[in-house]
Order: sequence, then C-alpha cells, then structure tokens
Amino acid sequence: MSANKTDSATLSYREAVRAAISQAMHADSRVFLMGEDVGNYGGCYAVSKGLSAEFGKQRILDTPLCESGFVGAGIGAAMGGMRPIVEVMTVNFSLLALDQIVNNAATLRHMSGGQISVPLVIRMATGAGKQLAAQHSHSLENWYAHVPGIKVLSPATVADARYMLAMALADPDPVIIFEHVMLYNETDVVPSPNDCADMHKAAVRREGQDISLITYGGSLGKTLQAAALLQQQNISAEVIDLRCLRPLDTQTIFASVNKTGRVVVVDEGWRTGSLAGEICALISEHCFWSLDAPPQRVCSQEVPIPYPQHLEQAATPQVEQIVNAAEVLLNKPKTKRDMS
Amino acid sequence: MKDILMPSFGADMAKGEVAQWRVKPGDMVKNGDIIASIETMKGLIDMEVFDDGVIEQLLVEEGQELKVGQIIAKMRLSTEPEAEASEGKAPEDKAPHVGTSRLEEQPALATGKQAALEKQALSSVSGAATYAIKHRGDEITQPILKQGRRKKISPLALKTAQQQGLDWQQITQGSGSDGAIVLADIMALKQVGISQTADTDNALQMGKNALSEKSGAADDMRQAIGAVVSRSKREIPHYYLQLDMVLDKAQLWLTQHNQGLAADERILINAVIYVAIARALQQFPAFNGFYQNGKFEPAGAVHLGNAISLHQGGLVVAALHNAQQLSCTEMMMTLKDQVIRAREGGLRMSEMQDATVTVSNLGDRGVDSIQSIIFPPQVAIIGIGRPRTIPWVLEQRLGIATVVSVSLAADHRVSDGHSGARLLNKINKLLQKPESLV
Amino acid sequence: MTNIDSKPRMDKQHLQYLFKQMLRIRRFEERCAQLYTQEKIRGFLHLYNGEEAVAVGVMQALNSEDAVLATYREHGHALARGLDMNAVMAELYGKVTGSSRGRGGSMHIFDSAKRFYGGNAIVAGALPLAVGLALADKMQHKANVTVCFFGEGAVAEGEFHESLNLAKLWQLPVLFVCENNGYAMGTALQISESEPHIYKKAKGYGLDAKAVDGMNVVDVEAAAKHYCDAIRAGSGPCLLECNTYRFRGHSMFDTQLYRAPEEVKEWQLKGPIVKLQNWLQDNHELSESELVQLEAEVAQEVNAAVAFAEESEFEAVADLHFGVYTAVTV
Repeated sequence: MSANKTDSATLSYREAVRAAISQAMHADSRVFLMGEDVGNYGGCYAVSKGLSAEFGKQRILDTPLCESGFVGAGIGAAMGGMRPIVEVMTVNFSLLALDQIVNNAATLRHMSGGQISVPLVIRMATGAGKQLAAQHSHSLENWYAHVPGIKVLSPATVADARYMLAMALADPDPVIIFEHVMLYNETDVVPSPNDCADMHKAAVRREGQDISLITYGGSLGKTLQAAALLQQQNISAEVIDLRCLRPLDTQTIFASVNKTGRVVVVDEGWRTGSLAGEICALISEHCFWSLDAPPQRVCSQEVPIPYPQHLEQAATPQVEQIVNAAEVLLNKPKTKRDMS
Repeated sequence: MKDILMPSFGADMAKGEVAQWRVKPGDMVKNGDIIASIETMKGLIDMEVFDDGVIEQLLVEEGQELKVGQIIAKMRLSTEPEAEASEGKAPEDKAPHVGTSRLEEQPALATGKQAALEKQALSSVSGAATYAIKHRGDEITQPILKQGRRKKISPLALKTAQQQGLDWQQITQGSGSDGAIVLADIMALKQVGISQTADTDNALQMGKNALSEKSGAADDMRQAIGAVVSRSKREIPHYYLQLDMVLDKAQLWLTQHNQGLAADERILINAVIYVAIARALQQFPAFNGFYQNGKFEPAGAVHLGNAISLHQGGLVVAALHNAQQLSCTEMMMTLKDQVIRAREGGLRMSEMQDATVTVSNLGDRGVDSIQSIIFPPQVAIIGIGRPRTIPWVLEQRLGIATVVSVSLAADHRVSDGHSGARLLNKINKLLQKPESLV
Repeated sequence: MTNIDSKPRMDKQHLQYLFKQMLRIRRFEERCAQLYTQEKIRGFLHLYNGEEAVAVGVMQALNSEDAVLATYREHGHALARGLDMNAVMAELYGKVTGSSRGRGGSMHIFDSAKRFYGGNAIVAGALPLAVGLALADKMQHKANVTVCFFGEGAVAEGEFHESLNLAKLWQLPVLFVCENNGYAMGTALQISESEPHIYKKAKGYGLDAKAVDGMNVVDVEAAAKHYCDAIRAGSGPCLLECNTYRFRGHSMFDTQLYRAPEEVKEWQLKGPIVKLQNWLQDNHELSESELVQLEAEVAQEVNAAVAFAEESEFEAVADLHFGVYTAVTV
C-alpha cells in the first residue's frame, strides 16, 4: 500500500498503523520493526500483516519471548544509530521490560549528561473489553506517563493512528505509543497529514460550554456518546482528547476548564493513582477559581479486571457513568437508561 | 603533622567507633596500612591510612562513638616521600614488607554479626499497606457534609461575587450540591436591588442604578424581586393571621396633636401605626430577626423595614433604625424624608441593609388587606390595609368605626399562630392607647 | 580494518604499557578510596583493585569504533578505554566538568565519542543494550565489535540468558566478557549457580566461549584478540570468562564477612600488577628507575585529576532539567 493511495481512503485503525509503519520504513532505511510475531505471524493484532513480505525478515524482525532482552536491544539499536519500532505485544507483557524502559531508555540521556540519544519508539496494545481477564486487560499508561525522560502518546482516532507514528519516530527521545485493543477495528476517513496536530497537543473533539469531559484512548468513543446524550438534556459538553499523556497539553485542558467551570476526567486506569488523578490535581492547582463544582473522575473500579462480560463492563468506565457524573455536577437528576 | 579523621565508608554512615587501635604512637606506617578497626552499623571495617609516616598520637579511646570527620589521631608525614618510593611505593601486593602492610596476617575479625546488605541498608522499609477503597457502583461519592457555620460557595461564585461587590453571605441556601452557592445564585443576587456590599461606592451606585429611571434597571429589578420572592415562597413555611384594628381613638388623638401645627409638622396615621408595631415587636423577638443556616437569631433593635414602592415599578425596603425608640413625631419625619429619598435614589446603605422586619403598607393603594411575602432572612412581614369606615359593634350596639386590617405573615419555623395572635393583639392594644406612643 | 595479530605481543614497550595502564587504574582506585572516606566522593563506590588485567587486556583488542559497555565497577574500564582521568575524577566529585556533567557519578561514566556506554547500575542491565548496539552495527554493515563487561552475578539474571540467545540467534558481533571475581556482592558463586563455570553456560547457547586467567593481562589480551578477530570475521558472539578477584569489598561499605582474609591475601599474592611486575623484573624488562618513573607519572596524573576535580564548579541548579529530553522541556 503506497502512502498516496491511503491518504484519503477509509481505513481501519489497524490499517492506519500498518500504513504508518510501511511509510516510515520506506522513507528511512534506519527504521525497522521488531517484536514477537510481527513477521511470520503478521502481528498479534494483524497490524504488521504483509509487512514481512514487503520489507523482508531483517527489517520485520521476529523476536523470541524475551521482553527485557528485545526492548533493551531496541534501546541499544537506537543508541547505535537505527530507528527501531519495538512492538511489545501488550502493556501487560511490558512489565517484564520495565527495567530497560525505566532504568535505561528514560535515563540514558540525562545520566550521561546529555551525550546519549535514544530515538526509540515502543508500541503497545492496551486496555480491556475483550474478556481477557486480569493479566491481559491492564491500562498502565499512567505508570509510563509518570517517568521523566520518555514521552507517551495515545492515538484515539484513525487519523492519529495514521500520523502520530511518524512524529514519534522523528522525536529524538524515547516515545511509547499506546493502541487500545478495542480501537483496531474502528474505521474512519483518513484526512491529509497536514490536518493532524502536533503529537504534543490535545484535541477538542467537541466544543461545549457547560462542562469539560477529558479523556484519552479507548475511552474517547464512550465520552463522545455521553456528550451526545447530555445534549438531549440541553447540556453542552466539551470533549477533550488528550492524545499525548506525557507531556500533558495543560494549555488546552486549562482553557477548557476555565471556560466551563466543570470537569469530568474519564480514564480506564484504576482510580487510585490514576492519570485522571494527576489531571484533577493540575486543574485544582491552576483552575481553582474557575471551578463551579469539584473535579470528578470516572475510572475503573478497584478490582483486577474480571472475565465475564457483565463484570468486565461494571469494572470499567461506561457511557452511563460519564453521563451521570456530568449530571451530578450540573445538579440534574441522574438518568438511568437501558444501555443494552 | 596530619590529622587522621573518622572515615566515611558509605553515604548513610554518620558515625563510627574505634573498636580497636591497630597501631600505637611511634609506629611507622605506609599508605594502605590498617591502623584501626572501625565499628559501623554494618559491622567492623578496617580503616587504612593513606600516607606514609609515623603515628604521633592517638586522640580517642577504643569504644568511643564519634561522628564521621572527627579527628581521631595525628601522624607525622615522611619528610622525604620520594626517597622511600622504591620501598614504599611499590605495589603492595608484593611479598610482605618491612613494617606493617595491608597483606599482613590480621586477626580474625569475625564478630558473628550479620552483614547488612547494602541494598537493605539503604532502601527504606515501607509498610505493606493494603487497603480497599469502596466506591458505590457507578455513582460519584458525595462529599461528606460539613455541618457548621461555614457556607459552601464554589470558587467561581466567590470570585464573581467579590469582583462584582455582591454580598453572597445573605444567600441562605445555594442551588449547588449540598446547598453550595454556585454561580447561578450569584447572578440572581446581582439582579436584586437590595444587594449589600462592603464596597460602599459600588453599592450606592448599584442602588442608584436600580432605582433610576433606566428601563433596563427596572426589568432587572422585577427579575430580582421575582427571584427573592420565589425563594421566599420555596423556603419559608408562611402562616397568616389578620386582625382588624379600630383607629378612632388614634385618629382622635392625632387630630388633637396636629391642631395648630404647620402642614409639614403634622403626623399621619401611618406613623402612629408604625410606632405601635415597632414597640409591640420589642416584646415578641420571634418576629424580629434573621433565620440563617438553620437557625434563628433575634435582632436586638427593631429596624422596621418600610416597603416603598417606586414610580417606575418595583420595590425597595428601607430600614427605620431603632423604630422602637422613635416617637410618633420622629417616625413621621423619618418616614417622609425616607420616601422622598427612596424615590430619588438617595437611600443610605444602612437603610438598604438593616431591616429586621418589614411593614408593607398598601393602604394608600386602596386595598382592604394584604397577605405579604416575607423577605428572607427576615421571619415576619406585617401588612397594613387602608383605613375604612365600616359598621362596627361597640359595647353591644351597632355603630360605625374606622378600622384598619393589620395582617401578619410569619415564618412557622420560628413562631406559631399563638404568638402571632398575641403580637397582633399587642399592636391593637397600643393603638387604643395612642397617648402612650408619644 | 587492520588484521590484528592474535599472538600476544611480548615486547618490552607493550608490556610496560600494559603495566602502566594497570598501575594507573590501581592508583586511581586507591585515591578514590581515600577521597570517599573524606566524603569528597559520595553515593556508592565500587573499586576495581585486583581486576585491572581484564579491562586493560580486553581493550587491546578493540579499536576506536568498537563499543564498550560495563557495570558500576567501571572506573578501570573507562580509564583503559581512554577517557580523560580528569573528567572521570570530576564525575566522581559530581562536578559539571565530569564525563557526564556530574549527573551520573561513579556508576554512570559515559563517553559517546569513545563509544563508552557506561556505567550501568542494574546488574545485567547492559547486556540487552549490547545486543542492540551490535544489531545496529550489523544492520549498518559496520565491522565493529561490541564488548559487554559484566560480573558473574549477572549470570543469574534473565537478561543474561535472553541476551546471549538473541546475540547468537541473530549472529551479532558481541564479545561478552564475564569478570568472574567469585562474589556477587556478598554471595559466593558456588552458592548461587548450579553450573559455576560461566563459559559452559554460554556454550549451551551456541556461543564460542572459554575461560582465561583474569590475573594475567597477556593471556587476557591474547584471548580477547582471538575472539574479536573471529567476531569481525562474522563468527557471531563469543563469551570470555576471566577468572579474577577483587581485593577490596564490593563497595566501600562492606565488612567482607563473607570471605576469609586469608583468601584475600592469597589472591593478592597473585594479583595482576604483581604478576606482571615480577615477570618484567625477572626478565630485566623493568628497572627500578623505570618503575619509579612510572609511579611518578601515574601519581602526577592522579594528583592532577584530583586538583582538577577540586577546582571545578558544580552545575547550576537552574539547569536541573537539562538532559531529560533533547529539547529541554518544562
């Protein structure tokens, strides 16, 4: 697939990522993809399907199951002049590579007094919703967003899936891209690259006056649905898609909250120590005098994600909860609706 | 002469102890020789000397605990370090030298203590804290109600109120969660002409604007009044009492008093009625004061609020301060002056703020009686109808009398009909003895 | 790329050179010990006394384009690689003139111009990095060798196994150098590895591997050159196990209760500097005056480094955020 043909086409999220990888590899011979099952298997989520045939086994490099080893190798390869895209199958497995990411990728530049560059991109699938239970459903974006020295992106739209990768590869510092598992099948028209904002910017996906709904990644769709439902009650909700989780685009966040005076942050991570908590703290620090109500969060419940669908849904943020949270802040009666 | 100091063996070592001296004054030492065993929190560590020379003096005793950096001994350095190079500078791992060397057989120092591993020594021990946070299903947990005097107001509402010079304290109950005052409440307050503020100029200007002939202001006032009375009806459980009071005696007294007086000195019946009301209220504190934050506080003085209607529409309540002390003459003067000023926009801030109870006199407008609405945070309002001459039974015989209907609307949270009836009867009694009202 | 003769070079000039390199390291480390007790150097200090032959010997097999990774006990490797002693001492002092601007300290010596990549405080943490650097060289068709020094304690970590596997699977030009000094901090090798011969483990992954006397700098040089030649010729990764011993504790704050003083003494008698000095003197290839001269030169260099570090400035606190990202962000 050449880049030109896909530019104005309708793509799925996975096709968009695939197109992004392909375009990057055509453009720069230093770019290569490495990870488990990216080559022969075509990728756990079929993102890299066909790329091995297109670029060969040296540039679509299958690795054994050794996250620490191959993520560290990715770091070393970046140090050595290449531009690797390391695919960690999911954030759940990335825990094995935390030492390499936190103790090497994030620190090498600083620890060496600015000498060492690590222009690395790590892509990981993340999130719950497929009944994969406790060890395969984590949302740990906040753990990585906690660490100085790395950058964290969360493309929530097909357009961002298509264009954020190139920006990440151009960045001289290590960038981690989180792809929510429920987004891979989403389809949308891909706009021109010029329409895609810089990767550090949040996006106002829906303008509103009465309340700000701030979210990222897999929760964007639910938040937009909630905003539409709120509109039926004449509540005008503004929806902010963070896009970049570290650094946070505080300018956009504060502008929205200062305008509306009310905010709900929607985050699929567990409530305790969540990224939503960080955002609420920032809002309290910087927007206090604009607030007409306390900042609220809608997050996952304090349970490991359960297997059966009804419990998995109960454990994770849903449209109804977002709507109810907004209603509470606006002193409207909570609506209960059949979401089936 | 060189000082030998208690060494630091690690970043978290603050003190140590010379457990055993391994040299004595007069001993020759070389760079690397062990001169003492130091007791540290991890156990015994050998201390080496880094120069060649002779030990002059041991300054501390064995077993003495010392801080890192404290002087423990003195040595005299070799005067010719180069001359000893071939012997002193050769690598110490050659066969044993003359004198002590690092290689010399050392007595076993094992003390049986466990060596604390570096990692453990330097890592903090964090208590394993396990806790469960319960959150109700899909609901936002409500903030715990803080009972107490402090009113809740949102930061945005507070900022707006301060910027606009609005006294938000007079809002008893906001429309936010848990009664918090929110922006909407401040905006409603803004439009009420009776707003009060610490910024005098602002207030007077606002008062003037509110009372001006500008049409916009009149609309605002209507809206503001609407907001206040709506809230009053919503929040205050009103009860209503009414009593017709015979005015003949008062009128007679008034006629006699006014005889010979210039027109602008004459007292009208309204003044007499107001004085009677004010004095009666002294004895019924449950009708004179403010109900706020769930409780009633009686006011000391009776600042009778005189409801004055404005030519362009709308209403303002001006306080007659310490009305219980005014004579009928004084009351008359005050009333006259106040009405003029009210209609010209010249009311003082204290007049606009201080009313503790309100009187609404619609007698001039030609209605028999009036059922009024209490202005929060007051707890009563007295309505006065027009004096009317009607058939009346006096001492068992039908005659005519001039009566006025005096009605009471009161806050049932603070008083009940029994007290209200007594109040009305007290007013009536005072009106039957006008000479006592002078 | 010149073909390096794999036979050990026994000429006097080279041997005296090796001797001086080891002496530089030894005197530097001794001075560090003193400075540490005076609290000039802070944090952790892991000294290389006794192991000098490994770093010095292996470096002879490398050229300036090869890459080197080491552990937190890397002062000797840094000096042997050619880092300026002033910069290393200043780094230990935490001064802005240090090799890492003072940001890293003893455990994080870096010099990207000399392809010296630290300086790593996580045991076995650098092995995957070595795999990556070698992968990059191979992908860019460069004939470099990546050398990764690590202690035998690293062999217990998963990353050792993952890295050897990856290196051999992909035929990467890595020389793994295991400095087996018998103790992982206070844990003896015998009580932590079911198979205490490290080179055998490497063989299990298909690497060419052998053990060598780590106290003999000539043997180490010869073995390293042999392997580097093979690696440059495309043989794939190799592992060299150097049996050595550290004369001082794991770090300065070590009571050394895990080993007997007799054992330390026994090893000191066959230390690398002693060994070479004895041989040189026995073979009349090192006179007393030459020895004095060498010691004086080394002392001068060490003293100058200390003076440099003492006089250097600390980095301004206002620059705290420098180096976190390429463009300094808030």
